[in-house]
Order: sequence, then C-alpha cells, then structure tokens
Amino acid sequence: MTAPLEWQLATVTAVREETPTVRSFTLRLPSWPGHRPGQHVDLRLTAEDGYSVERSYSIASEPERGAEIDVTIERIEDGEVSPFLHEVVVAGDRLEVRGPIGGYFVWEASIGGPLLLVAGGSGVVPLMAMLRHRARAGSHTPTRLLFSSRRLEDVIYRDELDSLAGRGNGLEVAHTLTRSQPPGWTGYARRIDEPMLAEVAAPLGRDVRAYICGPTALVETAANGLVTLGLPPERVRTERFGPSGT
Amino acid sequence: MNERTGAQEDLDAVLDGNAVAGSLEAAFGADMTAVPGRCAHCGAINMVGALRAWTHAPGAVLRCPACDGVVLRVVETAEATYVDARGAAYLRFERR
Repeated sequence: MTAPLEWQLATVTAVREETPTVRSFTLRLPSWPGHRPGQHVDLRLTAEDGYSVERSYSIASEPERGAEIDVTIERIEDGEVSPFLHEVVVAGDRLEVRGPIGGYFVWEASIGGPLLLVAGGSGVVPLMAMLRHRARAGSHTPTRLLFSSRRLEDVIYRDELDSLAGRGNGLEVAHTLTRSQPPGWTGYARRIDEPMLAEVAAPLGRDVRAYICGPTALVETAANGLVTLGLPPERVRTERFGPSGT
Repeated sequence: MNERTGAQEDLDAVLDGNAVAGSLEAAFGADMTAVPGRCAHCGAINMVGALRAWTHAPGAVLRCPACDGVVLRVVETAEATYVDARGAAYLRFERR
C-alpha cells in the first residue's frame, strides 16, 4: 500500500519552451514517493472566488530525477488551464499537484520488450518518460518510436530524440509529418495507417509490447491496426486525450 | 495526458479510464487503472485503464470496450466521491 494521494504545493523551478505551442515545467515536490514512467499528475487551479478546475498531465521526466518532475504541456487555445500555465506561470510560482497517478499505462525497464511506442503530438510526453528512463537505466531493449506531428517545428523533444536514437543502444525513431514537410524530408508524410505500423513494427517481431498515446482518433487507428497485424490486444496499452487533428 | 483529458471542452471526446485515475485512487486508496474487472453485461475482462471514458460533467461514465455497456460511473461532489459499480461483475485485486 502506498501513501494516500493528497494535494501538495509544488514549486515551479524552470520553464522551457519545447515548440511554439508546448512548454515544459519543472516542478519540485515536497513529498514525492517516486513515479513510474507513463504516470501522470493532476494539477488544480483555484480562483479567488473558490472556483477550481483540475487537469491531468503526463510526467515527461524519468524517475531517476528524484523529487523533481517535468510536465510538458501543450497550449489548448480555448482551454481553462493551459493558457494560464503558458502565459502566467514563471519559475518560483507554486502549483497544487497530486500524484503520481496511474498504473495501467506504465513501462519500466524490468518489464522488457521489444517495445513499440506510438505517439501523436503531445501524446509523446508519457512515452518520453519511458525513453528517458530506458536510457538512464542502461536498457538495450529493442525499441521503436513512431511519432506523428503536424510540421517539423511542432516535433516535441526533436533534438533529444535524435540524440537518444544516435546512441546505438537499440532505439529507433520514425517521424511522420502530416501537415507539411521540409525540403528533402525522408520520413513519412501522412497520418499513421496500417502499412506504416506494419513497417515500423516488423523488425521488433511478434512479442512486442505497444504503448500508444495521442488524440483519440490516432489511438483508435493505431490500436486497431496493431491488433489486425496480429498483436494480442492485452499487449497494446493506450492512453487517449481527446479528438484533435495531428 | 494533456488538458483535453478530463476537460469539458470536447463534449464528444472519448477518453479512457486513465482520465479518472486520480479520483479513483483518492477514493480507493490505491491505483485502480491496473485493476482488471469483468463486464457484467458481456463478460469481457479489461483493466479499468482500458475502459472507454466519457468525462463530461457532472461525472464520468466508463464503458466496456467490447460491448459498450456501462461498467463504472464516478461522480465527485464537494463532500464525497460516488462510484456506481453495477456494471462490473467483479474487480480483481491481487494479494500482495
């Protein structure tokens, strides 16, 4: 049994721009039992009149960082929380947080692989926690990430993903850009579909574990596609965050 | 997860059991998303995290991905969390 899940005041220690619409916030937590890659936190904002609103955000950082976590947050134009976080919150501010939460969409090096990760947009965030953990744990689990973004400048963690994939420890990253592609682009240039999944998954063999996170439509396509390709449904874990075009 | 999770902005959004993980853990005292449950309607066994979730206010409805039957309803008020589990034949907790 773990400690009860309670709200605590986290201190923002850094804010970093990832893409024009995505920022990472580093939070230091007074009491943190440690998280598992893929888990999330709930964040609560309360107005002076008592109105409060909660949102869930995936943890982007690896557990090896200790009582400091990163959450990477996309600005949703008509959202109640993310515009505030993007425009108002700076280092030194405090935010009400509870977590870590979730045990379903979780991968640790001890679970093993081969590992197939499929992300759409900011759906890459919990998968990044898995990849950062995989690197820190020295895991060589054969791993492939298929990552769908709109344009090159929208690719979250682009440099870090390049660097992780360049280490020669069994990680490969395949990008697809659905909206526009720079000159000379050699990656995919369409929405994720079954032939794309088949190409990316094939080298991993039949015992692959899949984690899919992104907009609902992408998750449905990828999960159904992988099951059609022969993956047992119980080896396909999904996390949906609602409709949106990638 | 991101702001769309548990948000009210997208009324047609289908999420999954992860979206109510915090409410459930606060109520049950342990993570519920990795707990397998049997659908009382069709008998399919799925972890709570794999159930389809409709999260527009005032509560969340978790449906079986196999038959679409309602498995769990979760409603939070200022005083309490209500969990209606009529649609679950059982939830299975591993002995530790």
